[in-house]
Amino acid sequence: MTALSPFESRTSSSGVLRKMLRNNPQLLFGLLIVGVILLMAICAPLLTSYDPTEQDFLSTLQGPSADHLLGTDNLGRDLWARLLYGARVDLFLASVAVVLPFIIGSTIGALCGYFGGWFDTIVMRIADIVVAFPFYVLVISLVFILGNGVSSIIVAISIISWVAYARIIRAEAMVLSATNFMDALHVGGLGVPRIIFRHLMPNVLSQAIVYAMSDIVANIGVIVTLSYFGLGIVPPTPDWGNMMSEGQPFFAGGIYTLMLIPAVAVIVTSYGLSLIGDGLATALRVKR
Amino acid sequence: MLVPVVLGTATLTFLLMHLSPGDPARTYLGEHATPEAIAALRQQWGLDQPLLIQYLHFLRDLVTGELGQSMFFHEPIADLLATRLPPTLLLMLMSALLSLIIAVPLAAWSAVRNSGLSDTLVRTFTAVFQGTPIFFVATVFIVLFGIRLKIFPVAGYGNTPWEHVVSLFLPSLALALGIVPVLMRSLRTALIDALNSEYVSFARAKGLLHRTVWLHYALRNASISGLSVLSIQVSYLAGGTLVVENVFAIPGMGTFLMKGILNRDFPIVQASALVFALLVILVYLLTDVAYKLLDPRVRLK
Repeated sequence: MTALSPFESRTSSSGVLRKMLRNNPQLLFGLLIVGVILLMAICAPLLTSYDPTEQDFLSTLQGPSADHLLGTDNLGRDLWARLLYGARVDLFLASVAVVLPFIIGSTIGALCGYFGGWFDTIVMRIADIVVAFPFYVLVISLVFILGNGVSSIIVAISIISWVAYARIIRAEAMVLSATNFMDALHVGGLGVPRIIFRHLMPNVLSQAIVYAMSDIVANIGVIVTLSYFGLGIVPPTPDWGNMMSEGQPFFAGGIYTLMLIPAVAVIVTSYGLSLIGDGLATALRVKR
Repeated sequence: MLVPVVLGTATLTFLLMHLSPGDPARTYLGEHATPEAIAALRQQWGLDQPLLIQYLHFLRDLVTGELGQSMFFHEPIADLLATRLPPTLLLMLMSALLSLIIAVPLAAWSAVRNSGLSDTLVRTFTAVFQGTPIFFVATVFIVLFGIRLKIFPVAGYGNTPWEHVVSLFLPSLALALGIVPVLMRSLRTALIDALNSEYVSFARAKGLLHRTVWLHYALRNASISGLSVLSIQVSYLAGGTLVVENVFAIPGMGTFLMKGILNRDFPIVQASALVFALLVILVYLLTDVAYKLLDPRVRLK
């Protein structure tokens, strides 16, 4: 933040971070979990020497061993390697599919809240229409239309998710627009874009940031579900969702690890992200 | 308010289907069809006309309840929907009820024991269940209760009303667990607020029975916020049926839509997406009515 806002005083960013982490075990623990998982995903080639798509029919469905840390699947692929490389795909997708709607939605929401009028009315009507569709119905239909692939997942999720950010930011921006703080900026002769992006946005973003954390969790769920149904990320690209769908028949047959391992990965990652979300809500004093 | 949204959802489904790459006529006739045959079919379906004309036809058909013909099943979609809708509605109803049956006592318990421990438990439960994919929960249920314990059927819908309910129990439970955390959390907050309020203190001071204070004062007020959360979550339930129905092979709207997607049956995808949206809008409407019943202040306005 370059200018002093009426709500926060200027503090160095490292100081803010230290203050946020102190007395906030949730945030600390969440960051730890997600940090370790991210690090493992980034360092995947260092942590395993196996190719996640390489099949070995001489060693299928093996239990954990020194050779294969978590064992192998029905095609003899190393589960540990698939888990790590799957994390890369899923976490990357889930994050990009949050950043994009966050930027688009927040900008639209700020414009709506600041200007109001016909622009606001039209955008909010469009938002109503998008929200009327159940999330999974719209996202699966969109991926169907756009075709399989990483980019269509991102586009499909973005088309839907921007609405939540727009609504959150709009509500806050409307409140802020009516304050003396905004009047002062106008009197000060600042341009409208500068007011919106440098003064209005920084003051209303905290709730959207907290929401973004639960949004990543939702995205992971959607991405995994899509690939479970064979949409979006398709084999041989490893992903926690298609690992689970490939492991499902074996789960019913009594070999649990194939489906359980990626499921635990999804649950632990989501748990870490939820902790970060809760911790941020406490730190930023956002009511949920 | 309602008319533009309904019109908008119809327009969106229309656009989705017509802007998508791929020619339905070509898909329908297969790769070896002659260009003449494709052109003839396009003409029969009206696909050769300008988009605006097609859109007006689409709206006219919609108003008259004519949803078109499925490409794959060779049956009118309206007839297909009539058999597909009841299982999905029952599934949604049962999971809404189950989520209340689970969430209300848990919320009440954790609101009374309003301590650090119950708070941590609620938060952990919420965080873990929110991140668990529905299809995984469904698979665990199938293996545990269906295959190992053999208490519930593993798939299908059954033939009698009782069989319907039994068949849909596990799917509903899997779906309900997805919204229990959110519901419980908001109910708990609302209950704590209500229990700390002055009207509850006053009711207690008046010497009213503990039970009366709970049911008529605290729970009734908390149920208003619970209701609004539940109505928002109905959209999630509707979307979740898509997942659960496919895991449990239930012949409802969700499997119908998925079949339409796998067969590239555009009219089916279009009609099912629209029905899902209308369903959600209808629930929002019903929620408004329910508000009026629960909250006299809304009635007065």
